[in-house]
Amino acid sequence: MSSITTRDAPRGFSAQQYLTCLTGIVWREGLRFLHQRERFVSALVRPLVWLFIFAAGFRQVLGISIIPPYETYILYEVYIAPGLMAMIQLFNGMQSSLSMVYDREMGNMRTLLVSPLPRGFLLFCKLLAGTAVSLLQVYAFLLIAWFWDITPPSSGYLTVLPALILSGLMLGSLGMLISSGIKQLENFAGVMNFVIFPMFFASSALYPLWRVQEGSPYLYYLCEANPFTHAVELIRFALYGQINWVSLAVVAACTIVFMIGAILAYDPSRGLARRGPAGGEG
Amino acid sequence: MTSPAPIPEPQEALKLEAAAVPALSIDGVSHSYGQRRALIDVSFNVQPASFTALLGLNGAGKSTLFSLITRLFGIQSGRVGIFGHDISKSPGEALRLLGVVFQPRTLDLDLSLTQNLLYHAALHGISRSEAAERSTELLGRIGLADRAGSKVRDLSGGQMRRLEIARALLHRPRLLLLDEPTVGLDVKARADIISQVRQLVTEQGIGVLWATHLFDEIMPSDDLVVLHQGKVLAQGPMNGVVTEAGAQDVNTAFMRLTGAQTMPGGGA
Repeated sequence: MSSITTRDAPRGFSAQQYLTCLTGIVWREGLRFLHQRERFVSALVRPLVWLFIFAAGFRQVLGISIIPPYETYILYEVYIAPGLMAMIQLFNGMQSSLSMVYDREMGNMRTLLVSPLPRGFLLFCKLLAGTAVSLLQVYAFLLIAWFWDITPPSSGYLTVLPALILSGLMLGSLGMLISSGIKQLENFAGVMNFVIFPMFFASSALYPLWRVQEGSPYLYYLCEANPFTHAVELIRFALYGQINWVSLAVVAACTIVFMIGAILAYDPSRGLARRGPAGGEG
Repeated sequence: MTSPAPIPEPQEALKLEAAAVPALSIDGVSHSYGQRRALIDVSFNVQPASFTALLGLNGAGKSTLFSLITRLFGIQSGRVGIFGHDISKSPGEALRLLGVVFQPRTLDLDLSLTQNLLYHAALHGISRSEAAERSTELLGRIGLADRAGSKVRDLSGGQMRRLEIARALLHRPRLLLLDEPTVGLDVKARADIISQVRQLVTEQGIGVLWATHLFDEIMPSDDLVVLHQGKVLAQGPMNGVVTEAGAQDVNTAFMRLTGAQTMPGGGA
């Protein structure tokens, strides 16, 4: 029999243990992703439909003048590619939030939350893991888009990475914040209607904002205030080796706000505790 | 006239000292969901190396209590301690001594048995090599070593439960909580799991809190806590509780205590 070890058990956790935990969570998320082929395929098909069909049909309608970061006239396909990359991350972030609601209903979230490591750290690991998955999706999309003549400078594939990590974290933490408020799985349809679609359409993903301004100044302000617009612009500039400072600041600030909100929402003394039992009461 | 008490052996002394700190102490805990009071001034202890059955019907507040002990919900009033560590004040120290088997299945069905165990180990900061070693050992102990690489989806209900218990033991907790772990299992699987958990108590000195509404899972040597509509109606060694209620068996004692008319799942 092992003796009672409460007295001499080490207190706190070493940096190594934090790292073990982080890699473990990312590894598990990666494995789950690999097992869900349909999720990967649909994550790719969605932006490709926009690229192959919507953009092809729309390019005659909408002329794009030369706007930064582009230095020449560009095809509409080239314009919407960064928006579609952000869309992949938007869906992925919301889907992770869906999986958290699912996990909470199924109890998987409980196994995560009974880990003795600080809860904020656990949620941050979960966010990083979700972002890592979105990166796989985005790069797979970029690969296919390359054959469709969307060829940013080769260094752009590298410079866009930090932008994608930041935007992935922002959209993931937004999803996490929303997930803490959703009680049931069915409500995800509501998330589609009230979060994903408005965020995507009221942004610079599909049309440059100066075009929007010509049509409706109010919509223009709305788009400017939409964090998703700034995620798109951050990615767009980074893909061409440039930094859009305003977008960087907005995305960074939103990431911090959403993340703190999510961590507070999952704090047992504030968040879930107020609502009833997550599963069946027994 | 009285001979001096024998000086306890060092091993004995350790046990005595350990007995002074309960594995789990619930002290005046109340919890409400809005207007509805789910737990009302609940107090009891679980000692190390003991099997404590938490007996209550569905809706008695067992799951709420488990959510509080595992820190899924914040404590509204009262105190929960695990080996003296307050769950609200030092959750990390408390949770690392705690293993839990929740009532709903919480395994990743598409991952293998080993992958499930490694993930859990990572959540406790256990290094990969150490985790792999412990996983192999535990899978051997629950008789699933040859299934290590299979997907969890392919296991039977009883095997999944055994795996969940193995997982809960991976970080070597001193207190194990199980929330109705035998629900939905056949007779053989139930018996296997009960004997496995009782072995942990006698051989490893783990304190066990076993929530159930099935009377036949309780043995005369167990400690018993009867929870009904959020209140503790009786607690202590099972024999004492039965005698105090003026009954012959747990079933009757429970009926007398709660005034319940029918016994769902009871007396099996």
